[in-house]
Amino acid sequence: MTEIVHARPERFFADRFNVTPTLIDRLLGSALRGRVEDADVYLEYRVNEELVIEEGTIKKASRHVSQGAGVRAQAGTRTGYAHTDDISIENLEEAARQARAIADRSSAGGVVAIPAGTPHDLYSLAEPPIATDLDRKVELLKRVDAAARAADPRVRQVIASVTSEDVVVLIATAAGFAVGDVRPLTRLNVTVIAEDNGKREIGSYGGGGRVAFDHFLSEDRWKRFANEAARQAILKLHAVDAPAGTMTVVLGPGWPGILLHEAIGHGLEGDFNRKGVSAFAGRLGQKVASELVTVVDDGTIANRRGSLNVDDEGTPTQRTVLIEHGVLRGYLQDKLNARLMGMPATGNGRRESYAHAPMPRMTNTFMLAGQDDPEDIIRSVDRGLFAVTFGGGQVDITSGRFVFSANEAYLIEGGRVTAPVKGATLIGNGPEALTRVSRVGRDLQLDEGIGTCGKDGQSVPVGVGLPTIRIDGMTVGGTHV
Amino acid sequence: MTADLGGLLASVLERATTRGATAADGFLVEEREFSATVRMGEVEHVTHSQAQRLSLRVFAGRASAAASTSDLSAASLERVVDEATRLARVTAEDPHAGLPDPAALIERVPDLDLEDRTSDGLTPEDKIAIARKAEAAALGVDPRISNSEGAEYGDRRARYVYATSSGFARGYATSSFSLSVSPVASEGGEMQRDSWYTVARGRARLEDPEAVGRKAAARALRRLGARKVKTVEVPVIFDPENAAGLVRSIASAVSGPSLYRRASFLVDRLGSRIAAPSVTIVDDGTLPGALGSRPFDGEGLPTARTVLVDQGVLASYLLDTYSARKLGGRSTHHAARDGSGVTVGTTNLMLLPGTATPEELIASVDNGFYVTELIGFGVNGVTGDYSRGAVGLWIENGRLAYPVEEVTVAGNLLEMFAAVDGVANDLVLRDRTASPTLKIARMVVAGN
Repeated sequence: MTEIVHARPERFFADRFNVTPTLIDRLLGSALRGRVEDADVYLEYRVNEELVIEEGTIKKASRHVSQGAGVRAQAGTRTGYAHTDDISIENLEEAARQARAIADRSSAGGVVAIPAGTPHDLYSLAEPPIATDLDRKVELLKRVDAAARAADPRVRQVIASVTSEDVVVLIATAAGFAVGDVRPLTRLNVTVIAEDNGKREIGSYGGGGRVAFDHFLSEDRWKRFANEAARQAILKLHAVDAPAGTMTVVLGPGWPGILLHEAIGHGLEGDFNRKGVSAFAGRLGQKVASELVTVVDDGTIANRRGSLNVDDEGTPTQRTVLIEHGVLRGYLQDKLNARLMGMPATGNGRRESYAHAPMPRMTNTFMLAGQDDPEDIIRSVDRGLFAVTFGGGQVDITSGRFVFSANEAYLIEGGRVTAPVKGATLIGNGPEALTRVSRVGRDLQLDEGIGTCGKDGQSVPVGVGLPTIRIDGMTVGGTHV
Repeated sequence: MTADLGGLLASVLERATTRGATAADGFLVEEREFSATVRMGEVEHVTHSQAQRLSLRVFAGRASAAASTSDLSAASLERVVDEATRLARVTAEDPHAGLPDPAALIERVPDLDLEDRTSDGLTPEDKIAIARKAEAAALGVDPRISNSEGAEYGDRRARYVYATSSGFARGYATSSFSLSVSPVASEGGEMQRDSWYTVARGRARLEDPEAVGRKAAARALRRLGARKVKTVEVPVIFDPENAAGLVRSIASAVSGPSLYRRASFLVDRLGSRIAAPSVTIVDDGTLPGALGSRPFDGEGLPTARTVLVDQGVLASYLLDTYSARKLGGRSTHHAARDGSGVTVGTTNLMLLPGTATPEELIASVDNGFYVTELIGFGVNGVTGDYSRGAVGLWIENGRLAYPVEEVTVAGNLLEMFAAVDGVANDLVLRDRTASPTLKIARMVVAGN
C-alpha cells in the first residue's frame, strides 16, 4: 500500500503522533511564552521516492521516510533550536527546554508578530506525484531511455531518474497561530554520456516542479528532456577551447538566471545585511544595476519548484521587488532578521527540514522582460560569448565575487553565433556586474524546475528566470589565451 | 539512545526475508549533536539534536531496492520493509547485484580510537566559551578585523550498526569535535571574509581555539587590497586545502560507478601513467583516531590501505561489491551507504608528501599564482576539464607579492596532474582528505 497524505496537516500530526494543536499551544504557552520574544514549533513528515534507469534497465528504486520536530526560541539576536526525529510530546517538551535555555536570559517579553495575510493555494493536485503508480514511472523512464539512445548513435549511456516527494508541515507559533502546508515536488532528470573516437562528453537536462506526474507527459516534455541531454553531449564532443579573459557575454533566457541568484540574490538576504557582512549592506535606494534591470523574488507562482503557500515560519510568500530600474529596493527577510532590522517579513524564512532553523532564502528569482529582440542582441556583439545552459554557481557575499559555470556556450563572431566552446566558469562582482547590462530581451523564461540552493549546509528548491541579456565585460575562465 | 540497535536491525531483516526477500542488509545510524554559534561575542545560535536512520536494502533474486526511515516505531519499520520489497519488484534482474561474499566480512572489529567521551563533561556554557574565545582571538588581531560571521563549536556522537539477513551484525561508535571562525576584515570600503577550522575525533586533538581565531584573522587580512590580474598562462601553486580538492577529483574519477558508466576521464587507464612520478595517492581507513577511519565499509568489509596512484601510475580503482563485479574485479572495501542504497566513498584520502618546503616551491616561481580559495563547480568529471573561480596571492620573483581576486584558473585535470612539478613536505591529515602544497607547471589564469 502506498502511503499518501491527504489529511490536513493539523489532523495528520494529531492522528499519527498524538500531537494536537492544543498540546502544541500548551507547550509554547507554558514553556516559552513571556520568557522569550518569539518561539515556534515546526512538525514535518516527508516521503521521498526515486526510480533510476541505467543501462536500459530500472536499476535503483528507493523510498525514504523522515519525520521530526524542531522547536525554536528567540530573544534578541539569540536563537535556541532543538530538534528530534521522535515526535512525541515528551520529546517536544525536552526540545523546548533546551531551546529556551539559550534564549532565556532576556527579560524582554517582546511583541510576537503574527504573520500578515493568508496562505496561498499554489499546488493543490488531484494526484500528488508520490502517489502515481510505479508502473507509469517505470514506463516513462523506459521511453526516455529509448528516446535519448535514438537521438544519436554516439549516445553510449543514459541515466534517467524520476524523484517524487510529499512534505507535510505544521508550524505553530507562540502567538497562537498555526498553519499547515502539504508540498508536492517532482523532477525528471536525464543524463547522457556520448562517446566518439575515444572522446567522451556528458549532457544533462531535466525539470519538474510542484506538479502532477502528467506534467512530464504534456507537450512531450519527457522527449524534449531526453533530446536536449543527448544534443548537449554530442555538441560538446566537438567543442573548442573556451576563451580566457574579459569580454562581452550574452546570456540566453531561463536557467542562466542563476546569474541573479548568485550576483545579487544571496547578497540581499536579510541575515547578511543585518550583520553588515554583505557587499550590498546599507545600499538600499542606491543604484546597483543598469536602468534596464528589474529583479523580483516571487514565491507565489503556481506549481513552481521555488514556490510556497507559506514559508517555513508560517508567513505567506509574496512577490518582493529587489531591484527596480537599477535601484536596490528590498531585502529578503525571515521573521528574526525582519524584526531586528525593523522591516517587514517577506515570506522568505526557509529551512531544509525540521533538523534546521530557518533563515532568509530565495524562492523564484528572476529579471523582468525588456524590449529587445533576442536576435538583435546577438547581432549587436562583434566578439563575445553566448552562454545558454549553466551548471551550478557560488558567491562570496562579503567581497561580492560570484561564479557560475556554463555547460553550453558558443563564440559570437561578427554578430553571429559560431563554434561551441567547452565548459567555462564566468566570474564577476555582484554590486557591479548588473551595471554592465546593456540589453534586455523581451523573452523572459523561467527555468524548467531544476534548481537547488545551498546555504550554510541547508539545501532548498528554488527557481530562477531571465530574458536574453547582454553584459558588457565579464571574465570568462577558459583556457584559450 | 535505543539500547539494542543490533536486535532492532535483525528483526527488520527477518521481516524482509519472511516477506519474500532472498537477502537483505541494513545500516543503522544513531546520532546526537550539539552546536553553538557566537557572533561579536554574543551567543547567536545553539542547536541540540538527536537523530536516527535505518537504511534497508533488499534483494529479490537479482533485483534490489532500498528504503529508509527516521521513524523506528514498529509500525513504521513494517512499512519500510513492505515498501522495499514492493519496490524490488519494479527493478530489473541484474547479474551483478547481491551481498558480498560472507567469508570476506569483518570478523573482529578493531578499536580505531574513533570515540572520545570527554565531551560528556562539558556543559553548553563550556562549549560556548570555546567558540567565544576563538572569535575574540580573531577580533583582537588587528583593528581592521571589525566584523565577524561568528565562530561555531560543534560536537557529534554516533553509533553505527551493519547487519545482513544471514545473521552478521557488527557496529562501532564515533565522536567528532569541530571549531570554526569566520572573521571579516575591512579597509577603505573593501570587505574580505575568510575562515579557519579544526576538526578531530578527540576533543584534545582540536587545535587551540585562539590559534584558530588568529589564523582565520590572518587569512582575512591578507585578502585586503585584492586586485584582478591580466589574463596569463603561468605556474599555479595550490595551498594544501585546495590541493586536497584536486585529490578528491581523482578519487571521484576512479570510483566504480563513474567507471562502469564511462563517466570518467580515467576510464580504461588502470596501470597507465596519469600523473607526474611525484604523485602518489593513498586511501587508508585504518589510521587510528583519524576522521575518515572506520573499521568496515558500508557492506561490512574491513577497511584497508589502498594505493590509488603509485608514483604517477593508476594502481587501483575505488570499488564496492556491485561496481567490482561490473568491472570484473574485487571490492576494495569502499562501499558507503547513502539515502538510495550503496555508493562508493573514500576514507582518509591523501596525496603523499615530497621533500621541498612550501616556501621553496613558491621561491621557484618568478611570476605565478598561489591559490588560497576556489569557488564554483566548474569541474567536468567526464573530460577532466577544469575551470574555477579563484582567490589567492600573486607570486613575483619567488615571493608572495599581493592579493588577487575575481580570476579563474583553468586547465584539464589529466594535464594538470601530468604537469605537477612540485610536491611539498607539508602534508597534515587535518580532515578526511589532505594534500601537501602542490605546484602545477602551467595553467591559464583569466582576469582582465
